[in-house]
Amino acid sequence: MALAVENGRRMFDYWLTVYKRTWKGTMISSFLLPMLYLAAMGIGLGSFVDSNGTGALGGVSYLQFIAPGLLASTALQIAVGEATYPVMSGLKWQKFYHSMIATPLRPADVVYGQLGFIAFRVFTSCAVFLVIITLFGGLKSPLGVLGLPVALLVGMAVAGPIAAYATILDNDSGFAMVFRFGVVPAFLFSGAFFPVSQLPDWIEWLAYVSPLWHAVDLSRNLSLGTVNPLLALGNLAYLLTWFLVGTWLAVRGFTKKLIG
Amino acid sequence: MSDQRESLVHVRGLRKSYGDFEAVRGIDLDVWRGEAFGFLGPNGAGKSSTMRMIGAVSPVSGGTLKILGLDPAADGPAIRARLGVCPQDDTLDTELTVRENLTIYGRYFGLSRAECRERADELLEFVALTEKAKVKVDELSGGMKRRLTIARSLVSKPDLLLLDEPTTGLDPQARHLLWDKLFRLKQAGVTLIITTHYMDEAEQLCDRLVVMDGGLIAAEGSPADLIRDYSTREVTELRFGPDVMLADHDALAGKVEDLAQRIEVLPDRLLLYTDDGEHAVAQVHERGLQPAAVLVRRSTLEDVFLRLTGRTLVD
Repeated sequence: MALAVENGRRMFDYWLTVYKRTWKGTMISSFLLPMLYLAAMGIGLGSFVDSNGTGALGGVSYLQFIAPGLLASTALQIAVGEATYPVMSGLKWQKFYHSMIATPLRPADVVYGQLGFIAFRVFTSCAVFLVIITLFGGLKSPLGVLGLPVALLVGMAVAGPIAAYATILDNDSGFAMVFRFGVVPAFLFSGAFFPVSQLPDWIEWLAYVSPLWHAVDLSRNLSLGTVNPLLALGNLAYLLTWFLVGTWLAVRGFTKKLIG
Repeated sequence: MSDQRESLVHVRGLRKSYGDFEAVRGIDLDVWRGEAFGFLGPNGAGKSSTMRMIGAVSPVSGGTLKILGLDPAADGPAIRARLGVCPQDDTLDTELTVRENLTIYGRYFGLSRAECRERADELLEFVALTEKAKVKVDELSGGMKRRLTIARSLVSKPDLLLLDEPTTGLDPQARHLLWDKLFRLKQAGVTLIITTHYMDEAEQLCDRLVVMDGGLIAAEGSPADLIRDYSTREVTELRFGPDVMLADHDALAGKVEDLAQRIEVLPDRLLLYTDDGEHAVAQVHERGLQPAAVLVRRSTLEDVFLRLTGRTLVD
């Protein structure tokens, strides 16, 4: 463990340098897009929804209803983005992972470094987004800021499995599948915009399988003050399981690819 | 074998398999401190697989391997801390600057930022890239990238430097520049292990080498020893022009067979192995044969390889 921390520290400069050269580009995808959703759905569509009464939403404004979910969805999208193309680049295109494991770093360290960077990206982007949400009045209660650690957790829950998936692909065309059949449906149907109970039963169950629903649900309940402790623990346990299993899969995939 | 020599790489019965395919099929060797050791062989001979095992990144499938006295299965990170690796493909980060590639790499070895900066500047000087320090790697030529990769492998002041095909794909000028740098490292006492399929590279750089073919070691020795043991002093090459077919080559070979200690029939030429090449040429002409071109040269490792495997190195 201490070794992994020390080795993670050794990769810090690499990731910092990478971030310095890419942060401007990430602004658009990390902030602009969620902001547009917040404006269009929360304020545009929201004023229409709210004018018909907010009873179905539990008496909160539509903006306050979707903001916690949007935060979690943003985390998911950033994490998936960072666990797809950059991972393939490290393995196949620029092969920087290969140069890393020729040093004292081990494949597992490389995974921890990559996941650490993803955590940093998710956390910082979501923190800024949370400030914006707050300024728009999107949080019903101060407890809503706990949506930030939840966002981090859902990001990490998907980063591991997606990175593991990236290690078994021959080229990047497989990522289109992830976005088309994973990220986009999850974004639309995980309860960020409407309660999943509105969906046909079988889709509703698919939503419960998605880690995003658990994050959206938890994050919203925190903000709206409707936390059910048992359900919240279930959400957390589910996300943690994804994170731990996913990280294990990623370490296995990296090891196989880098030293097999 | 004197006991004073320190074996940096100790290999006995080493094997490497990928599924059903056996890339390395049981090899024995020692690399002594301070020498330049070469693996010469064609693509697919098992050189790179062996190098990856010596680099402590690829687990062995069988046999014994000790690197710097340590077992790579147990002490991989400790071994890699003392190795410099220049892989066959450049694994540089092309979007970072030349200098960043060095300073960041140094951090992986646990060097402080100040040490990394100092080493980077020294090494850029050494590989003559100081003026390119702030340039992105993308903009470098192939030869410059190789030099940078070598500089990167030296960041940690390694005891042992592994170079996998260091000059493959470079133009002659870039190759000579690189050889000069490697020669200076050798003079400075760095132990080098080099794989190559270029015989001239092996002759230029290696004190001792093994010829690998099909996952096995076919011969071992210094370039001069190998040439002495497996070839003659000189070689006479006879070319008979494009209209002379391989079948004719066999017939022609029959006519000159007794002029040399050994004859090789290649698709485009005959090789007569003899200690006196000019004498052989005179006798060929005496017999009324009219080769379109004649070349007398000294034997090289290419001839050794041909003798050992029946094939040429670079097809």
